[in-house]
Amino acid sequence: MRLSKSAKSILGTITGLVLLFIYAPLLLVVVNSFNADRTFGWPPKGFTLEWWGRAFESTGVREAIVTSLWVAVVSTVISLVLGTLLSLALQRYKFFGREVVNLLVILPIALPGIVTGIALNNMFTTILGVPLSMWTVIIAHATFCMVTVFNNVIARLRRTNARLEEASADLGAGLFTTFWLVTFPQLRSALLAGGLLAFALSFDEIIVTTFTIGAGDTTLPIWILQNLFRPNQAPVVNVVAVVLIVISIVPIWLAQRLSADSVGATTGRKAAKAVVPAA
Amino acid sequence: MSLQTHPGTKPDPGTLPGPAVVPRAKKNTLSAFLSRAPRIRLAGLLTAPAGWLILVYVAALAALLITALWTVDTFTGKVSTTWTLDNITQVLTDPVYQIITLRTIWIALAVTVIDMVIAIPIAFFIAKVATAHWQKILVIAVLMPLWASYLVKAYAWRNVLADGGLLEWLGAPVGVSSPGYSETAVILTLAYIWLPYMILPIHAGFEKVPDSLLEASSDLGAKPLKTMRLVMLPILVPSIIAGTIFTFSLSLGDYITAQIVGGKTQMLGTVVYANVGAANNLPFASAVSLIPIVIIMVYLFVVRRTGALNNL
Repeated sequence: MRLSKSAKSILGTITGLVLLFIYAPLLLVVVNSFNADRTFGWPPKGFTLEWWGRAFESTGVREAIVTSLWVAVVSTVISLVLGTLLSLALQRYKFFGREVVNLLVILPIALPGIVTGIALNNMFTTILGVPLSMWTVIIAHATFCMVTVFNNVIARLRRTNARLEEASADLGAGLFTTFWLVTFPQLRSALLAGGLLAFALSFDEIIVTTFTIGAGDTTLPIWILQNLFRPNQAPVVNVVAVVLIVISIVPIWLAQRLSADSVGATTGRKAAKAVVPAA
Repeated sequence: MSLQTHPGTKPDPGTLPGPAVVPRAKKNTLSAFLSRAPRIRLAGLLTAPAGWLILVYVAALAALLITALWTVDTFTGKVSTTWTLDNITQVLTDPVYQIITLRTIWIALAVTVIDMVIAIPIAFFIAKVATAHWQKILVIAVLMPLWASYLVKAYAWRNVLADGGLLEWLGAPVGVSSPGYSETAVILTLAYIWLPYMILPIHAGFEKVPDSLLEASSDLGAKPLKTMRLVMLPILVPSIIAGTIFTFSLSLGDYITAQIVGGKTQMLGTVVYANVGAANNLPFASAVSLIPIVIIMVYLFVVRRTGALNNL
């Protein structure tokens, strides 16, 4: 397809404008974290480091970060194990009910977070009578984080060759040896990318967390939401938001870099297709 | 990837080293047993994750449906297991909830359409127009900040839309006023927040369209728009639908953005939240939450054949 020069530049301009639309609000948060004016009128009236100082002294923020990290780590580990098992089962086997399981695993992300939130809240409090705690949050997070891992791993499994595993078995390797030496190395970067996304998703989750967390615990998003509407705390929220923007960029950047090797795999496949004219 | 197979290149058996009689490898018995029993192997893989999904998630959804048929004791404030259709009847017939439902659907639709309109040209530019060098940079530039925290983004828009904020300052010279904290603000903010969930699958979809196909179409005399409509669109449909599932579903259940930038705007999520928290009426909240479940289930059922569900 040959696009005219003007069509290309129109598309380029749209992309540029959208980038501006994407970055402007975030930059505004960064600017406002140094804004001396509490109401954040534009243009800013003065420069101050007061909010940054107050944010670093806040114990509430620190405790919330620790809780968030703990929840994210545990639910990522659970979802890595469950997601990988599930993707191996669905990719390598044909069985009755496979489609149902396939639909089941996407439900937690296809249904709105509020549904997941209230369904679990209702099950814990009304049906089971379990008090809400950090563990109920972890169970809830692992349920939808599993999907991220599942998606990443199954996409990789579709590209890897099951015959390698057969060859490994033919050469006398047992099932676990084959998994450890043949399957796992191929999945490693997909697992890392899936795990990072699961971690980021859990760290950021607010709706499901609100419905499943006990009264005594606070994750970082919950802390932000609680302090957002307090005029005295709003400037500190700006600082936390800036730190979050910076921190959240790291795992996403890493995940992007890791999945970049899948680009290489696709190009390899394209080359193979060019050689083999069939299909 | 360290392990790559080259289909078609078989190792030459003559060059293979090793003894003529291969000694039987020492297998651990569990591994040997499992390799003879594929069904048990499958069960081993499936039990934990499927069990989790069924025991935690499906059970919770079922319990939600049941709770919607219960009621709350007005004296004790506790859920009483008296069966009644009152909650569901009220949700369906009370004009207040009808209006809120329609407004929520409208917001979710508007967000989905806005994201589609923005995502398609951008994803197309990145995947098919930009040079290889720019592709990488643009993918990261577009997606990285958009993955930043949901709350931060909603909060960023609160800053933008505030009285005397950036938007008002920018709009004043051209006579455009800020929507303030309103329904429009909710649509704008949600479209901003969910945009990556639309760009990602569509971008992946464009990557799947082989360049040779586009060249062939152009060689056969098709103009770019015709190529787009007849060659690209059919390949892209599942990806676009996958994106709409995200944006639509995520908007349908939102209440936090509505709280932050919505002013008095009520959505289904707001009603559910209010009934779990302040009103302490879980049965009624459950009944309300059945609305988005039904809507999404119907949508998933309709698009199931397009293959969109494998693009999520």
